[in-house]
Amino acid sequence: MAGRDLAHKKGKGELHTLYISPLKALATDIRRNLEMPIAEMALPVRAESRTGDTPQSRRLRQRERPPDLLMTTPESLALLLSYPDAMQFFASLKCVIIDELHSFATSKRGHHLALCLARVATLAPHVRFVGLSATVADPPGMAEFLALKDEVEIVQGEPGAQPVVSIIDAQERLPWGGHMGHHAVPEVYNIIRQHKTSIVFVNTRAQAELVFDRLWRINEENLAIGLHHGSLAVEQRRKVEAAMAAGKLRAVVATSSLDLGIDWGDVDLVIQMGAPKGVSRLMQRIGRANHRLDEPSRAMIAPANRFEVLESLAALEAVEARELDGDPPRPPCLDVLAQHIVGCACAQPIDRDQLYEEVLTTQPYRELPRKDFDDTFDFVATGGYALAAYERWHRLKQLPDGRWMLASPLVARQFRMNVGTIVELPLIKVKLRRGPILGEVEESFIQGLVPGDTFVFGGRMLRFEGVKELIAQCSPATGGDPKVPAYGGGRLPLSTFLAERVRGILQDPSRHPKLPPEVREWLRVQRIRSTLPAGNRLLIEGFPRGAKQFIVAYCFEGRNAHQTLGMLLTRRMERMGLKPLGFVATDYVLGIWGLRPPTKQQLDQLFDEDMLGDDLEAWMDESTMLRRSFRNVAVIAGLIERRFPGEEKSRRQVTFSSDLIYDALRKHEPDHILLRATRQDAAWQLADLRRLGELLRRAKGRIDYRRLDRISPLAVPVLLEIGKERVLDGTAEDELLDIAAQELIDEATRL
Amino acid sequence: MMPFGFECAGEKLQALPAGALHWPARRLLAVADLHLEKGSSYAVNARKLLPRHDTRQTLAMLTALIDVLQPETVVCLGDSFHDRTASERLSEIDRHMLDGLTKRAHFVWIAGNHDPAPPPAGWGEVAEEINDGPLIFRHEALFGPARGEISGHFHPVAALSVRGRGMRRRCFLTDGYRLILPAFGTYAGGLNALDPAIAQLFPDDYDALVVGRDTVRRLSWRQLRPDAQFWTEDGWWRKRMD
Repeated sequence: MAGRDLAHKKGKGELHTLYISPLKALATDIRRNLEMPIAEMALPVRAESRTGDTPQSRRLRQRERPPDLLMTTPESLALLLSYPDAMQFFASLKCVIIDELHSFATSKRGHHLALCLARVATLAPHVRFVGLSATVADPPGMAEFLALKDEVEIVQGEPGAQPVVSIIDAQERLPWGGHMGHHAVPEVYNIIRQHKTSIVFVNTRAQAELVFDRLWRINEENLAIGLHHGSLAVEQRRKVEAAMAAGKLRAVVATSSLDLGIDWGDVDLVIQMGAPKGVSRLMQRIGRANHRLDEPSRAMIAPANRFEVLESLAALEAVEARELDGDPPRPPCLDVLAQHIVGCACAQPIDRDQLYEEVLTTQPYRELPRKDFDDTFDFVATGGYALAAYERWHRLKQLPDGRWMLASPLVARQFRMNVGTIVELPLIKVKLRRGPILGEVEESFIQGLVPGDTFVFGGRMLRFEGVKELIAQCSPATGGDPKVPAYGGGRLPLSTFLAERVRGILQDPSRHPKLPPEVREWLRVQRIRSTLPAGNRLLIEGFPRGAKQFIVAYCFEGRNAHQTLGMLLTRRMERMGLKPLGFVATDYVLGIWGLRPPTKQQLDQLFDEDMLGDDLEAWMDESTMLRRSFRNVAVIAGLIERRFPGEEKSRRQVTFSSDLIYDALRKHEPDHILLRATRQDAAWQLADLRRLGELLRRAKGRIDYRRLDRISPLAVPVLLEIGKERVLDGTAEDELLDIAAQELIDEATRL
Repeated sequence: MMPFGFECAGEKLQALPAGALHWPARRLLAVADLHLEKGSSYAVNARKLLPRHDTRQTLAMLTALIDVLQPETVVCLGDSFHDRTASERLSEIDRHMLDGLTKRAHFVWIAGNHDPAPPPAGWGEVAEEINDGPLIFRHEALFGPARGEISGHFHPVAALSVRGRGMRRRCFLTDGYRLILPAFGTYAGGLNALDPAIAQLFPDDYDALVVGRDTVRRLSWRQLRPDAQFWTEDGWWRKRMD
């Protein structure tokens, strides 16, 4: 005990350096790495980490007697800034280091961090900002993020040795669809055996579970293979991290929860299972192997299906050409600003004009119009409603000197409970009966289970027993085919940059010899049965299948854009009487099915570029995507609270459905700041729409419509996606109800 | 708007897509659980400044129904005001709307658990329950056999998945003798129609009249899905299915 007391007496008792990382694990890792040199050199400084996982007692102590170096996350920083003692806490600060700077570039989290850093710049007069990143597509642009007070100097490191990347030839038959890549597992296992320590990166948590399970099924040599993803309980993640750092693991299967910055010592190989989805992301992951600059990092890609082979080749070529993909800039997020305003008011009364000036010093909000700021401020203070305003209950009240302070301590409590910009889908804890909590999954996944169903979680096969007190109770299960957790959050969109390259490979037969024989054969048969998509033309195939008529459009504009296009096209088909039933979008292709085939003339009308006008507006207002965006905006802006797993809620839902609020606002306050924020969000998320517009313009009069008697080889993958995902909007819901009612009639009248 | 005709205790009734009940023979309109001023209640209790247009919207919907159907009687099946002080928080305009509505038809305010205090005088009759021929209107269904009982209280919603697509919709529930109305209030939430609290009121088969956009469809409870929350350890849900 005495030792521990001494430990926290160490140092000057004032904050000198703040280190901010996007990941809790990274903050902890950096602290661990610092402790050794500090001890060896017997430096009189103290380094501590502070994240959501830090115990309350230590957090209190840190505020009373700050460490010299504090490793933290943007959310914990926002909390520190919201305490009334923030001014004293940050006054001594000299240096802020932001690691993995690129990860903050265009996210809401980045906007949040920027606002917090501006606050820090005000509170700490002598501070300077340092940003670190190994993968920045546009360094001068990124430097702007740090230009809160002074010019930013860009220091370019020596480019390291060219990484050695190859595509795994899995021996097995290459699947037509799916994203899991199980066919490659035996080969991956072989490769793990031949290396000292490997990281097997996957794209979703579900895939992590599945690959881990498959690897252990064939793990005859009992190699130490671990699992790491964001849904696992903290203790379990810690164990894996420690084992990895100590060199006790031969391999770890991981999602992006591991792909930033953490130094895993002697990793000599990175394996990417499934397509990499973006070049920068792939480079980040490759960088995990071999941290010495003069030796090349080694990585292998195991594509999960045929289109992913094309994508992997495209990524590989981009790595060789040292090209990176970046995101388009994002308009200032007003919901984040609303949260920040509350946070500032939690610490001390705020001066509206001074705060506006401070906000303007940040890169994301540099051009924020005063009206947007004022409307956001009014929303925080009074709800900001033009009609039916609240006269009596406000969240901020004005002092005689003009400054604004919290109207109730309730507001501060709500702020601290809901801080941050990451709005996860509601999660539910998974617990072994009479055993420990294993982690969390999305509630919607559990809702899809019936007691007795089995699924793989945390590397174990579990049998779902039921939900008790909002915890999913499970027992160990054996054998059978499990349902795998289908986490909604983990899906990565294909970067448009990479999509462009995939299209390039497809239309250039001279590059086809680089592809595996099966893929070459696939493309060859496609050329005979139909045709390959050609540059500046849009290939559309139509064919019957079962009782339905399918249309498949090869747009290559990414899943989000295809999803939007699908919504718009089904609306138009509805009006033309083509009776669309549904559609499915992948990163490459859009498939729509209905009861009637379109004629060539109808098809030209369908794909007319004016679709992006009125139809888009009308659809946007109705779309579930906008509702989802609104929910995020409403939570971040503090209008509705996050739902915490395990939190008791009464039988009759007392929580507010964001849908009901959205509908009310749309009807009565269409210009409300939160609706504006929602539309801005959606427009940015649909940035691919501009590309879509270009595509439609390009395609005008250049549509290759192939009417086929049956499905083409290239169309198989998208049709395999049907059933995994299905989106129908608006009136179609009523049709689904008709289907259900008809099923009842059929059942009743069956003899 | 297509009314859906069905029978309860021998009476011909209509379920309206707006979530209200019409009894043409008696020119009676019934709505349940308006929860007026629910939006503003969060400002009072939690300083959450939700848009407080729910009252306006609920009243507008009710007005539209009264315009079309011209009922003689409007029965509000309880929980009409969200809390004790809700009627004091009504805005001037909403108060006027209510003044007007209650002059156009005879309003019966059934007392619910949310509004122990009756609405201000002049807005119609206040009652625990009312009998009208074969039908009895009350706030919450009484456990045990019923014959012609019309009630609200539970805010039933039907969860179903059709062709892989899940939805939750407000619904009426009936076994031909008992009828439970969906909540009419704009901000009212919902309770799954298979929840034991509801299911125990229908010991045999019951149907959900599911409210769609413009029409109402009749489905069997067997076609509905439960929420995850009430799968209990002893498998209540499976027992019911057997």
